[in-house]
Order: sequence, then C-alpha cells, then structure tokens
Amino acid sequence: MIGLVVVSHSALLARGVAELAGQMAPDVRIEPSGGDGSGGLGTDFLDVGRAIGAADSGDGVVVLFDLGSARMVAEMAAEEHAGEVAVVDAPLVEGAVAAAVAAQGGAALAAVAEAATTGAAPAGAAPGGDGPSGVPAATAVTAEVLLTNDVGLHARPAALLVRALTGLDAEVVVRLGERSADARSVMALMALGAVGGRRVAVEATGADAAEAVRRVEELAARGFDD
Amino acid sequence: MGCTAADVADALRAAARVVAEHRDELVRLDREIGDGDHGENLNRGFAALVSKLDENVPASPGGVLRLAATTLISTVGGAAGPLYGTAFLRAATSVGDAAELDAEAVAGALSAALEGVVARGKAEVGDKTMVDALTPAVVAARAAASGGVRDVLTAAAEAAEMGAESTVPLVARKGRASYLGERSAGHLDPGARSTSLLLRTFAGGAG
Ligand SMILES: Nc1ncnc2c1ncn2[C@@H]1O[C@H](COP(=O)(O)OP(=O)(O)OP(=O)(O)O)[C@@H](O)[C@H]1O
Ligand SMILES: [Mg+2]
Repeated sequence: MIGLVVVSHSALLARGVAELAGQMAPDVRIEPSGGDGSGGLGTDFLDVGRAIGAADSGDGVVVLFDLGSARMVAEMAAEEHAGEVAVVDAPLVEGAVAAAVAAQGGAALAAVAEAATTGAAPAGAAPGGDGPSGVPAATAVTAEVLLTNDVGLHARPAALLVRALTGLDAEVVVRLGERSADARSVMALMALGAVGGRRVAVEATGADAAEAVRRVEELAARGFDD
Repeated sequence: MGCTAADVADALRAAARVVAEHRDELVRLDREIGDGDHGENLNRGFAALVSKLDENVPASPGGVLRLAATTLISTVGGAAGPLYGTAFLRAATSVGDAAELDAEAVAGALSAALEGVVARGKAEVGDKTMVDALTPAVVAARAAASGGVRDVLTAAAEAAEMGAESTVPLVARKGRASYLGERSAGHLDPGARSTSLLLRTFAGGAG
C-alpha cells in the first residue's frame, strides 16, 4: 500500500492534515513532518527523510508539501530515499484526502499521485493496477438511493463510497436535485450536502457500470456502516 | 598556486564569521520581503559547519565541500538549506577527489553549483533570487579561468555584487517574496546578498 507524507512549515498543520486524511483511510501510513525541528516554523530535511522512511511499506510514497521551499526539501529527501517517491504539487488538504482514499483503495504510486493533484480518485485504478481499461459502454445504469444514515454523504460515508468504486471501470455521478458530483471525489460528494433522509440519483457508465451502482446501493442499504 | 583542503576549510570558516557579522543585515533584508529568517538560517548552518570542521577536516577539497553540503542541507532549513546544500554538493562532485584545485577547477565548481541551484529551485535570471548573483559570477569566473584561483574568485565576487544589486528593482517570481508581487520591488534579495557575501569572502576580502 502506498504511504503518504505531509510536509508543512507548521508542525500543527502537518499533523492536522495527516489526521484529516487518516480519517478516510485507516490502513494507510500517513506521516506528518512539520516545523524546523526545534519548535519553530520551517522544515527539517532529516525529519522529512524519517517520515518518508516510516511511510514506505515497500510500495512507494507520495509526498505533499505546503510552500515552495518545502518542495525543495522534499525533493532532496526523496532523492536520498532508496524506494520510489513522488513529490506532488497538489492542494495540501484536498490532495492529501484524495491521495489517502486512493491509497486505501489499493491504487499504485502514479494513481495516488494523480488523485492528489486532481482531488479525485483515478477511474479504474485497480488495486496495484495501471489505470483505466476498456471502453465505457454508451448506456448509463442509474438508480435512486435513499440515504438512511444520519449524516448522509458526509466525510466518512463519502470516503467509503469513493473507495467502494476504486478499481472499477466506471464513471459514476451522484446527483442531488440540480447538483451533481463525480463519485471519485470525496470533496465533491461532501459538497453535495446530501444529508441523511435525502434521495440521491446514481448514474454510472462504463464496463463496470452495473457493478458500480450495485456497490453504491449496497453501501447505502447498510447505512454506510454508521 | 592551487587550493587545498585546508584552504577550502579556512574559506568556509571565514564565511561563517562573515555570515555571523552580517546576520542582522540578512535578517532585515529577509524581513522586508520574506519571513526574516535568512540570516538566522545561514548563521545556524555555518556555525554547525565550523563545529564539524573543528572535529575533522576531510582530506580533499571535494571532501570539505561535501561536508559543507551535508551540514548545510540538514541545518540551514528554509529555501537556502536545499539551495546552498545542492550548490556545495554539485561543486564537490565537480572537483572529484583532486588534492588541489586550480583556477579551472574552481570556475568549474562554481558552474556546477549554479546548475545545482537552478535544477533545485527552477529560478531564472530576473526572478529576484540568488541566481541573479550566481549567474554573472559564473560567467566572470569562467572568463578569468586562465589566471589564478584568486583571480577567478575575485572576478566572481565582483560580478555577484553587481548581480545582487540588480535584484533591487525586480519583482520576485520565486520563493516567499513572490507572494508579495509588485511590493517586492525596491528591496535587495537576501539570498542574492548572501551569495555575494560568500563569494567575496572566498575571494579573500571581508564582506
Ligand atoms: N526557487 C528558488 N530558486 C533560487 N533561489 C531561491 C528560490 N526560492 C528562494 N530562493 C532564495 O532563497 C532566499 C530566502 O532564503 P531563506 O533561507 O530565507 O528561505 P525562506 O524563503 O524563508 O524559506 P521558508 O519559506 O522555508 O521559510 C531568497 O532570498 C532567494 O534568494
Ligand atoms: Mg526567509
């Protein structure tokens, strides 16, 4: 499984982002590296190296950073590390969450890095696989789904939904009234504001469209395990 | 006359003294268009380097440069840590394990240092960074490489000083100062200033 490192000038921020991303990805190693090593703002080359080592389970590590100089420190530390490391220029919070969800779903290094930069889990990122396969079928599979849990498509349920679809060759859109969200993006799903008791429309295209809709229905029927 | 490991170590000790003397000036420059830590960052790093040199001076000039690189990378922090660290690392690689450096080797080391800084920070001339001081320094050093080591370093120092001054009217496009946009104009870039101080020290004249 791919690990994540969050490099920030602020220790507090690095820890906070790691905490937030970890909520969506219980099995992913997410290591914060923040501060100058002596309690001040800054970055610490040796600590970033430590974090990369701790995050790497052998499959590789994606590193996110806050300001430009943190990128340079991260790139130097990445060069020192024996394993594969991708330092990605992505929005820190959204990128970390999206990368964590993709990693939890078993995506490979390039796919997790891609998820960080686009803020969405990559389509068809099969566990350890290499991206989309097959041509999407023309016809869409749709279903109406009742959200029976209290919070609806809030953080954890949204992450579960994204994760359930990881590995499928399907484009899935979730609609609430006029609004719609790409089901690969936790943030987009949360932004729908689909609270408990609401009905959402699920629309999937692609080779695995039927399976995608089935998985969403099943999740919703279980109340997202809330 | 060539430049030995002991000469390089002495130059770095002198640099540490100059950085300490100019610490407040660099802090003030960085406060104007950054976060005010540049003088502190460099002072911490060079002080750490002096302690390492007090323990042991590596046998070759390249070894001393490599020690400077690893020490600065892990102690300076900020943008200057990876940038100066990469500069010294590339310089070390470029001189190999020669026991003495001649003028050509010193000019080559400065070129390699510049390439390292550009590879790491992706800044171009005119972006208001240390690259604005180091680039003309390398051009001048290469032109002076038929002379002695001192000629090369003196030419580099003079060009770096002019290059640093040239950053005053510029609008920053890299580093923290770039967040200020137009408001970064009218200030000397702290990293360009520290680069010119270091080169002047290496040339043998105090900053
Ligand atoms: N991308 C870059 N390329 C070249 N030089 C750069 C770059 N970014 C910053 N610099 C140089 O670094 C100097 C600032 O160094 P300093 O040690 O103060 O780091 P900093 O910007 O405060 O880092 P941090 O943001 O981590 O605190 C600038 O004056 C500039 O010359
Ligand atoms: Mg600074």
